[in-house]
Amino acid sequence: MNRRRTELLLLAFAVAVATVANVAVDVAYSEKVTPAVMTYSVALALLFGAAHLAVRFLAPAADPILLPCAAVLNGIGLVFQRRLDLAAADRAAQLGRAAPSGHATQQLLWTLVGVGLFVALLVVVRDHRLLGRFRYTLVAIGLFLLLLPSVLPARFSEVNGAKIWIRVAGFSIQPSEFAKICLIVFFASYFVEKRELLALATHRIAGLNLPRARDLGPVLLAWAASLAVLVREKDLGSSLLFFGIFVVMLYVATERTSWLLIGLGLFAGGATMAYRLFGHVRTRVDIWLDPFQDPTNRGYQLTQGLFGLATGGLTGTGLGNGRPETVPYAGTDFIFATIGEELGLVGVVAVLTVFALFVSRGIRVALGCRDDFGKLLATGLAFSVALQVFVVVGGVTRLIPLTGITLPFLSYGGSSLVANYVIVALLLRISDADRAFVERAPQATDAELTGEMTQVVVMR
Amino acid sequence: MNRPIRRVAVAALVLFGLLFLNVNYIQVVQADALRNNPRNNRLLLDEYSRPRGDIIAGRSTLVESKETDDRLRYLRVYAGGRDELASVFAPVTGYYSLVFGATGIERAHNDTLSGNDDRLFVRRLSDLLTGREPQGGSVVLTIDPEVQRAAAAALGGRRGAVVALDPKTGAVLAMVTSPSYDPNDLSSHDPEKIRAANKRLNADRNRPLLNRTAEEVYPPGSTFKVITAAAALEGGMKPSDQLPCSASIVLPDTRDVRLRNFGNSGCPSKVTLAEAMQKSYNTTFATLGMQVGADDLQEMAEKFGFNARPEFPLRTVASAFPQGLNRPQLAQSAIGQFDVRATPLQMAMVAATVANGGRLMRPYLVSEVLAPDLSSLEKTEPDEIRRAIGRDTAAALSSMMQAVVAAGTGTRAQIPGVPVAGKTGTAQNAGPSHAWFIGFAPANDPKVAVAVIVENGGGDDGATGGRVAAPLARQVMETALRERR
Repeated sequence: MNRRRTELLLLAFAVAVATVANVAVDVAYSEKVTPAVMTYSVALALLFGAAHLAVRFLAPAADPILLPCAAVLNGIGLVFQRRLDLAAADRAAQLGRAAPSGHATQQLLWTLVGVGLFVALLVVVRDHRLLGRFRYTLVAIGLFLLLLPSVLPARFSEVNGAKIWIRVAGFSIQPSEFAKICLIVFFASYFVEKRELLALATHRIAGLNLPRARDLGPVLLAWAASLAVLVREKDLGSSLLFFGIFVVMLYVATERTSWLLIGLGLFAGGATMAYRLFGHVRTRVDIWLDPFQDPTNRGYQLTQGLFGLATGGLTGTGLGNGRPETVPYAGTDFIFATIGEELGLVGVVAVLTVFALFVSRGIRVALGCRDDFGKLLATGLAFSVALQVFVVVGGVTRLIPLTGITLPFLSYGGSSLVANYVIVALLLRISDADRAFVERAPQATDAELTGEMTQVVVMR
Repeated sequence: MNRPIRRVAVAALVLFGLLFLNVNYIQVVQADALRNNPRNNRLLLDEYSRPRGDIIAGRSTLVESKETDDRLRYLRVYAGGRDELASVFAPVTGYYSLVFGATGIERAHNDTLSGNDDRLFVRRLSDLLTGREPQGGSVVLTIDPEVQRAAAAALGGRRGAVVALDPKTGAVLAMVTSPSYDPNDLSSHDPEKIRAANKRLNADRNRPLLNRTAEEVYPPGSTFKVITAAAALEGGMKPSDQLPCSASIVLPDTRDVRLRNFGNSGCPSKVTLAEAMQKSYNTTFATLGMQVGADDLQEMAEKFGFNARPEFPLRTVASAFPQGLNRPQLAQSAIGQFDVRATPLQMAMVAATVANGGRLMRPYLVSEVLAPDLSSLEKTEPDEIRRAIGRDTAAALSSMMQAVVAAGTGTRAQIPGVPVAGKTGTAQNAGPSHAWFIGFAPANDPKVAVAVIVENGGGDDGATGGRVAAPLARQVMETALRERR
């Protein structure tokens, strides 16, 4: 049970980080600490405490690092939402308007929903392998969620030119976040079942084992679906994310490099085609190549984000002392620039390190898992976080063209936050199964279990 | 399945690695360039939210920041908001504009004035910890406000420029350009007003935003004869050596292209170098230039600072002495015509070098930089660029130039009881000739060196350097001597 004590300690640390940061924001803004700090700290302590108890009773052998990683990122995210709320209130006061409703309290509510779903999943899904049984239901839900916004009338689905929302009764849901998880579960189950076929039925051409034409079906289908998302919903980021996850999971299932090459080829083809055909893709690429050619208009967001990061420099301006609100969508797509401005390189490196830690723990879960479905599912989930972080942070820092997707746990937005708690719950569920097995079989050591040895032991 | 999972882990690691490298690149390597990008208004808004340091000259504060109750807290105020006076100092102070950025000292010493100077780091840190309102450091100019005002008054709105230097140190005592502009108009908090003012100033045909002292070049005309004479003296000639003279000469290698004395005036067939200088005989100096040779004359001009942009806090352009001259071109260049071009600052440096026994000092505009608590961050030490001419050459030039003022073309520069050295110039150009005067006083112990130009002689066809520029130089030198007793 040492693992659970570690987790509790780390969760307490996450609450402490958020508390200190909230105090810093208050001091910078009003030179006194407001009761709100207490409210947030208590709320976070209660929520994370509940999550911890759920894990303690429902998945006692689960990985102790994943949940604290999510908690610390979620806490920092809340601090920055609060900080941006204060800036928005200041601006409104200057213009003589009423302060807009706060994003931070909203995000805290979403945290409650996320943790609630996290606990519910641990209760309902007692064995991750059960999920595989629902794979066709899940893929249907996934595709439905993914493509629904594109067929809905714009007033239900379009926000700022991207048709990726479902807006009902005052709520906005970004269904692609949930579709992503449904599809990862489906891919894991489907590929594990068909892996022999996908891996073995090949032609050998030019030193590569190429799959038979008819087995290309699912790949082409995924590719077409990604393009459909891109074309119909103008959602470059999700399109890239889905296809990347798909190809990587296919590769892991089959261990065939040819699938990676085919995937890259299809990606290159799709990207070129999209660049040729679609103005919005061309615009993104043009801005990426030279954001300063139109810095007041199309390049405004990216250049202001870069200015924010640069103004932050090594140590940042300090919480509450920067001007992150200059950047459009400072709380969602550009939350990374906001953090970089006020916490500097030190802050963003810390955040990226937490993400890297999260992903590496996820991969460990995959390596330690005893069944192929669990392995592939954990890999898919962990890699999806890595790729999503790469796409959004790479976009904000001009490493790759900018595509609007959320930064897990940090960006403002309920769908993203709740969906990411689902990922944590699934990873914990799988890791609990790994460890529970180990603890029942005391002759196997940790070292053996995390290495290739595991399979030898199992196969014997 | 573990092998491909490990590879995926490595791939994820590479993705994170790329992000780490890229944030380092942006937040460290590119940080300064991006931060100071004019489109980044974060620094600007920060700068306006704290008092910027003062710009001080002598006992007067030329520029200060005053608190307002609008969104940009501090307003930059020039000469207390008095437009006449503010425009006198505008070429030096520059403006500090929300729309167009900063110019002049406002730009050159922006880091100090805004408080971003690295030397103020500890101060910023303690401001942060103690909650003291951060503020910028101050810049103390070498400008003497009285001399500056006297020079501006003497120009009286005519297009032209005056530069006064302390010949021993290179300190700039006055730097006046005319017409000028009121920097208060361009430094307001209203972008519309700023744009309107800028549009009006740019449309003005007299180009009030141009700093004529250092950003504009003119043919130096006869003032350049000081350099031609210096080259001859360095080549072994003496002031008493005889040279040929006539009302006009036919330039070599040409069919009847004539170079004439000013006003076609006649002269004895033989004159000494000193007499030629005193009366400014063009024909004698043209012949002398050809004797000296194109290379030696160019070398001498470059020793005085031509063909190089002076290191100076304000925007400057290089003065030019052309290369590869043929003989007729050389003859014209020797009297400061053809393609020879000089800024008034350059010609003041020529006068100052002669005054300083041949040593060319680096001109400087800022004597001291102060921290917000008025402790000194940096004091400018006078810096010798090079010895341009020997001590004897300088002494010989000085006495020849004294003769110019005592009984030559520059008599209107005389100051009662003070020996003054000088050289007039009446430079031909497309319009009426430019009136020049360069000189220094007192000749036996120089305290001020000046260069004066009145463009197109103030619009008067018959204007000469002696008639228009010399009395102006006298007023400036008189004021400087009174101030620097």
